[in-house]
Amino acid sequence: MSKEPVAVVGVGQTKHVAARRDVSIAGLVREAARAALDDAELTWADVDAVVIGKAPDFFEGVMMPELYLADALGAVGKPMLRVHTAGSVGGSTALVAAGLVTAGVHGTVLTLAFEKQSESNAMWGLSLPIPFQQPLLAGAGGFFAPHVRAYMRRSGAPDTVGSLVAYKDRRNALKNPWAHLHEHDITLEKVQASPMLWDPIRYSETCPSSDGACAMVLTDRAGAARAPRPPAWMLGGAMRSEPTLFAGKDFVSPQAGKDCAADVYRQAGIADPRRDIDAVEMYVPFSWYEPMWLENLGFAEEGEGWKLTESGVTELDGDLPVNMSGGVLSTNPIGASGMIRFAEAALQVRGLAGEHQVDGARKVLGHAYGGGSQFFSMWLVGSEPPNS
Amino acid sequence: MTRQIAVVAFAQSDHRRSTEESSEVELLMPVLHEVLGRTGLRTADIGFICSGSSDYLAGRAFSFTLALDGVGAWPPVSESHVEMDGAWALYEAWTKLLTGDADTALVYSYGKCSPGSVRDVLTRQLDPYYVAPLWPDAVALAALQAQALIDAGDTDEAALAAVGARSRADAAANPHAQRTGPLPHDDHVVRPLRTGDCPPVGDGAAAVILAAGDRARELCERPAWIRGVDHRIEAHSLGVRDLTDSPSARLAAEKAGAFERPVDTAELHAPFSSQEIVLRKALRLGDDVRVNPSGGALAANPVMAAGLIRVGEAAARIHRGESDRALAHATSGPCLQQNLVAVLEGDPR
Repeated sequence: MSKEPVAVVGVGQTKHVAARRDVSIAGLVREAARAALDDAELTWADVDAVVIGKAPDFFEGVMMPELYLADALGAVGKPMLRVHTAGSVGGSTALVAAGLVTAGVHGTVLTLAFEKQSESNAMWGLSLPIPFQQPLLAGAGGFFAPHVRAYMRRSGAPDTVGSLVAYKDRRNALKNPWAHLHEHDITLEKVQASPMLWDPIRYSETCPSSDGACAMVLTDRAGAARAPRPPAWMLGGAMRSEPTLFAGKDFVSPQAGKDCAADVYRQAGIADPRRDIDAVEMYVPFSWYEPMWLENLGFAEEGEGWKLTESGVTELDGDLPVNMSGGVLSTNPIGASGMIRFAEAALQVRGLAGEHQVDGARKVLGHAYGGGSQFFSMWLVGSEPPNS
Repeated sequence: MTRQIAVVAFAQSDHRRSTEESSEVELLMPVLHEVLGRTGLRTADIGFICSGSSDYLAGRAFSFTLALDGVGAWPPVSESHVEMDGAWALYEAWTKLLTGDADTALVYSYGKCSPGSVRDVLTRQLDPYYVAPLWPDAVALAALQAQALIDAGDTDEAALAAVGARSRADAAANPHAQRTGPLPHDDHVVRPLRTGDCPPVGDGAAAVILAAGDRARELCERPAWIRGVDHRIEAHSLGVRDLTDSPSARLAAEKAGAFERPVDTAELHAPFSSQEIVLRKALRLGDDVRVNPSGGALAANPVMAAGLIRVGEAAARIHRGESDRALAHATSGPCLQQNLVAVLEGDPR
């Protein structure tokens, strides 16, 4: 059976900030959707279906907010699906939307992910106790810090690598007008002098809490032919999940992440990711996850990821730029963070990433993960359509 | 879209008023084992897994993550989740099989209403700035709809009572049903709705397995072929909708091909008796159509699973040879805001 290729013809995001007190949740999502439609030069009437995602409903205190958002997203009379796969949800949402186009069910799909963390309290949302189950340990950082420590011990990485990632991502964010954190006076020394939150993760190596939304217009070959600007073509996309906690789980480099990347590379015909992929938008909420995911995604041998980071390979002007947009470390509307990775990858191959554009980026990976490093979603987009 | 996909197995829990002795995973596990057992498949054989549930029912974030542990997702699986009724998880799985990326899919959903007051919980679905702060509960909103129907001359309280009585009489033959047999014609819960017009509050889980083409024939003697599925949403605000009609259900049915030929069975997700009246009209179901032989949501309404159960019950009737062409319906949101319709058929006999 023939699959319909999927093209990204519109990308929109809001300015991400700590609190968007000037708009409702509906106003926030509409802003991003409108921007994506404008990029594609389409109207609400051109959209066949809406696929929306966000992280837990408790983060805003609205149960199944897609019901209330149907009007704001022009979905009345249309199909509307709501995806929730924890932190990977932004990526999963885009993949579910892409699946509708691939299957030939719909020609043009609006997909959107958001989080308006200022409406409620994310720490509270993650900390509802239930009997007989392990509580999250003082937020996400408390859960991930031991795994970072395990990585450092296993790989022998010097303890300076994390601060290099944070310093790079925060500088990249200065080139991205939509990024939340714009720390104009950032220095490596400031990162290293910031308070220790969850040893070995420092305050400046940690993602912020943001309000924001990201939207994309996905369409088929015919829709791409009508697009006013260059499309990004989906060359491969996959999701993988594994259990939260079990004796055989490798928290440093989960098998689900390896399998997910391998599936994407197989679909896209990538033999050597380090050589064949030009840049990566990677889900790095704590700085040490850059070297960890470089290994998990096959860009470096096990234990070698930190060497790529340390040698400047992942800098904006390096050989394999990572998080050109500033990444999750600079902008984290949780439910949207994965979709921002996917959307930024699309902007790169469309040549529309502005000041943080990587020259000649033709194949870029968008990556997201969630839960206790158990849910993964990724796509690889290219400037040329598949099989051409 | 030439690939033919079928429901090949269905399992559900016994639905009960309270399952405080079990976690969601414990509620779900036997259902997963049963549905896999019917096909002889193991988790590792399944091409795609998709589930539906709601954090607000569970009372905590990421509640679906532990359910995945129950599935036994090792080696890692291709998996997704909708924060919706499981019928929409089935829709996502159906589209996944259409792409050819998988030949089989496991779809499951569950809901425990007993830990809280589901009437209060569902108010949190409403517009968070203008409506939710007033806490209008699900029964009150359904009562508005029922009164609009009565005012329009579409029904009366006796006709509503007959819907409830028929549902619970049929449910007597359903070993999983929570509420069966006659209910006293008692006081109003919220006028004009009485106890018999409202769903029981309960806990439950359901699972189905989908398979494509020849794989479906290998796994099931008489597969329930999905001829079409579609879902549509309406405006959220009740003030801009005609509550006596369901244009989204009608459009979904049309897109799913429901009107191309008559159906013999319809499983409708109508938690309130009055909603069956609305849906019968919108879906053009005549008196010759067997509606809710399982007893429907008036006999068991585990929120987030009740819609998937409608698809499963319709498919099971085709599996057993009791139906040749069935319509299954699921709903979400206040007063039938969002509706899904699937059309299922068995091979000609």
